[in-house]
Amino acid sequence: MDKVNISLNVNGEKVERDIEPRLLLTDFLREELFLTGTHVGCEHGVCGACTILLNGEAVRGCLMLAVQADGATIETVESLAGEDGQLNPLQQAFTDCHSLQCGFCTPGFLMTLTQFTKENPNPTEEEIREAISGNLCRCTGYANIVKAVKQVTHQTV
Amino acid sequence: MHKYIGKSMHRKEDYRLLTGTGMFVGDISLTNMAEAVFVRSPHAHAKIVDINIEAAKAIEGVYGIFTAKDIEDIKPLTQFESHCFLPPNLVEAISPTINFNYEDILAKKKVTYVGQSVAIVVAKNRYIAEDAADLVEVTYEPLQPLVDPYEARKKGAPLIQEHLENNIQSHFHVTTGNVEQAFAEADYIMNEKIRTPRLGSNPLETRGVVAKFDTRNQELRVWSSSQMPYEIRSTLAHCLSLPDLSIRVTAPDVGGGFGPKGGVHPEEIVIPYLAKKLQRPIKWVEDRMEHLTSARQSRDQIHDVKVSFKQDGTITAIKDFFVIDSGAVNFFALTCAYNSAYHLRGAYKIPNYDSECEVILTNKTPNVPFRGAGRPEVVFVMDRIIDIVARKLKVDPIEIMKKNMIQAEDMPYDQGILVKDGHQLIYDSGDYPDALRKAVDLVDYDAFRKEQEEKKKEGKLVGIGISSYVEGTGAGPYEGAHISIDPSGHVTAYLGCTPQGQGHETVFSQIAADGLGVNPQNITVRVGETTVLPMGQGTYASRSAVNAGSAIYEAALKMREKVLKIAAHLLKTDEDLVIDEGKIYAETSPEKFVTYQDVGRAALPAKLGNLPEGMEASLEVTHYFAPPTVTFAASIHMAQVEVDKETGFVDLQKYSVVHDCGTVINPMIVDGQVQGGIAQGIGSALYEEIVYDQTGQLLTGTYMDYLLPTSMEVPTVAKAHQEFKSTRNRLGIKGVGEGGAIAPPAAIANAIVDALHPLEIKTNDLPISPNKLRTWIKEAEASFQALQTN
Amino acid sequence: MKPSKFKYLKPSSVNEALTYLEEYADDCKIISGGQSLIPVLNMRLSTPEFLIDVSGIKELNYIREEDGYIAIGALTRHVEVENSLLIKEKCPLLIDAIKWVGHKQIRNRGTIGGSIAHGDPSAELPCVLTTLRGEIVIASVDEEEVVGPEDFFLTYLLTSLQTNQLVKEIRFPIMTQGERVGHSFVEVARRHGDFGLAIAAAVIELDNQGLIQKAQLAVGGVNPVPLIIEEAEELLIGKKVTEALLKEIAELTSECVDPEGDLHGSADYRRELIGTLLKRAIEEAIARAWEGEEKVG
Repeated sequence: MDKVNISLNVNGEKVERDIEPRLLLTDFLREELFLTGTHVGCEHGVCGACTILLNGEAVRGCLMLAVQADGATIETVESLAGEDGQLNPLQQAFTDCHSLQCGFCTPGFLMTLTQFTKENPNPTEEEIREAISGNLCRCTGYANIVKAVKQVTHQTV
Repeated sequence: MHKYIGKSMHRKEDYRLLTGTGMFVGDISLTNMAEAVFVRSPHAHAKIVDINIEAAKAIEGVYGIFTAKDIEDIKPLTQFESHCFLPPNLVEAISPTINFNYEDILAKKKVTYVGQSVAIVVAKNRYIAEDAADLVEVTYEPLQPLVDPYEARKKGAPLIQEHLENNIQSHFHVTTGNVEQAFAEADYIMNEKIRTPRLGSNPLETRGVVAKFDTRNQELRVWSSSQMPYEIRSTLAHCLSLPDLSIRVTAPDVGGGFGPKGGVHPEEIVIPYLAKKLQRPIKWVEDRMEHLTSARQSRDQIHDVKVSFKQDGTITAIKDFFVIDSGAVNFFALTCAYNSAYHLRGAYKIPNYDSECEVILTNKTPNVPFRGAGRPEVVFVMDRIIDIVARKLKVDPIEIMKKNMIQAEDMPYDQGILVKDGHQLIYDSGDYPDALRKAVDLVDYDAFRKEQEEKKKEGKLVGIGISSYVEGTGAGPYEGAHISIDPSGHVTAYLGCTPQGQGHETVFSQIAADGLGVNPQNITVRVGETTVLPMGQGTYASRSAVNAGSAIYEAALKMREKVLKIAAHLLKTDEDLVIDEGKIYAETSPEKFVTYQDVGRAALPAKLGNLPEGMEASLEVTHYFAPPTVTFAASIHMAQVEVDKETGFVDLQKYSVVHDCGTVINPMIVDGQVQGGIAQGIGSALYEEIVYDQTGQLLTGTYMDYLLPTSMEVPTVAKAHQEFKSTRNRLGIKGVGEGGAIAPPAAIANAIVDALHPLEIKTNDLPISPNKLRTWIKEAEASFQALQTN
Repeated sequence: MKPSKFKYLKPSSVNEALTYLEEYADDCKIISGGQSLIPVLNMRLSTPEFLIDVSGIKELNYIREEDGYIAIGALTRHVEVENSLLIKEKCPLLIDAIKWVGHKQIRNRGTIGGSIAHGDPSAELPCVLTTLRGEIVIASVDEEEVVGPEDFFLTYLLTSLQTNQLVKEIRFPIMTQGERVGHSFVEVARRHGDFGLAIAAAVIELDNQGLIQKAQLAVGGVNPVPLIIEEAEELLIGKKVTEALLKEIAELTSECVDPEGDLHGSADYRRELIGTLLKRAIEEAIARAWEGEEKVG
């Protein structure tokens, strides 16, 4: 099989691999780099569980070939906590507000919101809901996720 | 008084899940592991004429391809006997028929639903396995598909399970009072057809299995995204003719379940079998398209109800005949069916009641319980009836609810029939009229009515709808807990139930902490693993807090006794001792204390320890809790909607709930369960439906077609609480997991009717899509106009 | 759900891409953002032998004002259009519409050219392009041509694009600026972010008596291709809208379209729905036109 060489930056580390061009970015992260925090929920771009940051922007990992990430900078959920393992303010807000139950969709929400809270320091509830509308959660009914975003953006909950 | 029970403590589970360091089945990677892909039937009903695997086998990286003839030594998956058992008094009362039915692990002579497994490819990775699966050629001879349950139940219809005489797999009839007499004496009688469609539970994590045969221990290791690892163990033992304890099943972090991850699927049998046969670990992770076609589905009930009532609004009788479209196999006998029958009347006194049910086989994916398990369907029926009666009598639906509601002084209230466990259906505690009053206050009902009139003048149609339920929760038969304290004084608790997001590690540590007098931080809870306790059940039926919660509490109390005896020995006192935050002392001299660590060391065997004369070494306690019967949680739901009459779109603007689940262990988690359940209920009210065409082809095979509600469709629910303790366990706990999902369909359907009033529409068919609602509106407008011109 | 094998080609210029297209025309797919293609590859509904990844062609990523139109390079991503101040000023209908495209994660990756070339009649951008009478620049090795949406969109998911051709640029005419001009983009979908059950776009210019002097109306999701409702446009000229006129327009719109039914809405439902939506779009565009006058005045 014709493999393609790619090199990219993942969570601050340079990574180089020879891969099959058909390999999805999610599978590359999970199977090649053992970054299993990025979850696979639907593989057709609807559920958002696989959301990662590509050059700082939230994208669906399942709708990208790993080869298309050649040269890119990627951040996954594993990059969020501090070096001492301390939860970052968004993660902390999620546990404070009980914004996760089974936790399977959570990495996708966190990555979507990492970009969103950076770009929108003072969002309205409507904006928060719009921002997470591309991420499905089957457990929480979203209310506590919205609450966490309010907490992390210092709004009255 | 409890120190930790009742407190909104942060969840112990969260850290790993927030940092991407949890362990779901798909995250497991073992040396030399292969991946499996299933070849699945594209036909609803067809004979298998031939399977040609030659081309597929030739692909590099394929380790094996297996069809039914390669796995003849596996017994088929039969209906779950544990769920088919009915106590003799129930058998006498409802005259049930439950015909034996089963599913082959891989289809043998014929396929009976789209998505049924026909062959399995094991290869180096999923990509290669899919390449090979594409090349497996199966020749089918199509048979007549049965999609409509009413067609399937007819005499002479083709048989789905060919050893049966017809497609009516199960049947029962339950009755109390005298419906015919009530009908004869009624002021009004009406007939309604009310339908809940087929739904999928759609946990965000699909199913998945990893298996490995451990040659050293001769042990079959299985990891499955399951709600019931013990059921997998016993079913595997049966299908593969192995001893139960030679199999070890782990449910690691499980990404949601909601019912269909209970029971056992064929993949959970064949993957371990092949791992043993091929002597290499095998992983299968279901993809979403497989999930939508092949993971078991739910609901799909049609009720034909006849209701009688008086001019004053008293409902005197309900006669219900309902069918459940069970798909190709019914694994759960009467579980949903009888749940429906015994829950229909909910919070209402309706003395004359008659319910008959048929569970019918069709060429669809098998139907199993899903959050609510038979209850959302009948709550939809009952509260649509309340609304229809109110509209007929031109009074507010709340008046009809009040008129028929069981009063607080009626408790414990006997509904005159049996629960599925054979116990008399007696509600243990609750005050439903109070809940209704609280709900009316919560939404400011009278103010809403005024606002509704104002908005109508501006051309805005808003409406409010109500629903209520009483839910038997905490079904047995039992759940166990084992507590172990090590010489460091650390407590480890092992439980047989396994979570999928409910926060078991947190809530059970809260309960154990109160039982033992330690801080929850000093407790580790281990769940989801068949070796932690020899026996267990699982998490379903809103049962874990009641059963496992009670088990761990009782175990903790037993342990506390032993701890106190050792502490008294160490402190050389016969005064009464107290335990607080792991320190044990006499109330009179708190400065003189021993710790759990001291007690843990003292419990070491032989001369290593320091035990009272004759006491057994070690701190190990097991308790199995068996509830006398279910305990009854209850709730009132109110939905407020705006309807766009021209387009049929519904905007769910507010949602409010009053609920009682007895003693609350962790309010934050309870609220989360309620909110999450309601989101699923909103889905089934407005968006979700599994659709098959007339040939049995699935039309909702992607998330573009099966619509799960998003953050834009689910409002933050306003909540108020009641706490009527159960009388059926020491802590007074009732279940809460399913509740939220039960009432939204009726509340929303009734709110839509209310918004459109005085236009007379009937929202008896879910989901209420814009297209469907617009059609109803046009029909109602046409008949209104016809009335005007006459 | 994994793609089948393909050979991967990554041109870095338009010419290189066109050369590949010429050579592998028989069995290749072009990928840019991949937001429509990858689901299809994952489901193996498409199993091309060659995949030509044009996402590295920097020269096709631009938004610029040219002679009377905004030129958008085919590889410009939705998010770049969404955030463009130039487009906000010169072509605000496009900003209104683009917010309806999928979700943020899709818009961060999906390209304008990809959306147009996909030819989905229920997509937002083809409808806007049709409403505004925009153009599409198509290139092959030998030639470059400029076509209108009416010639480009042929039917569901089918465009006039030949296998050796590439969409290079999309041209959105600059909308009239100033007072008494209003626009509206109306879409309803089962859930936020889903493909629309029906979409309607309207641009209305009023004269100083408040009579309509120009109307551009188009609909999507209810016809094999996005459709200009010409009869309605003509009917509006020189008039003030009344309930009766809007009703007439709604009815004639329903007659013009040829929707397909699916799980989310039958053909009849969509037919009726589009009349309602276009009516609402016209009303909103006129209301905004008046607002514009107030602001300017």
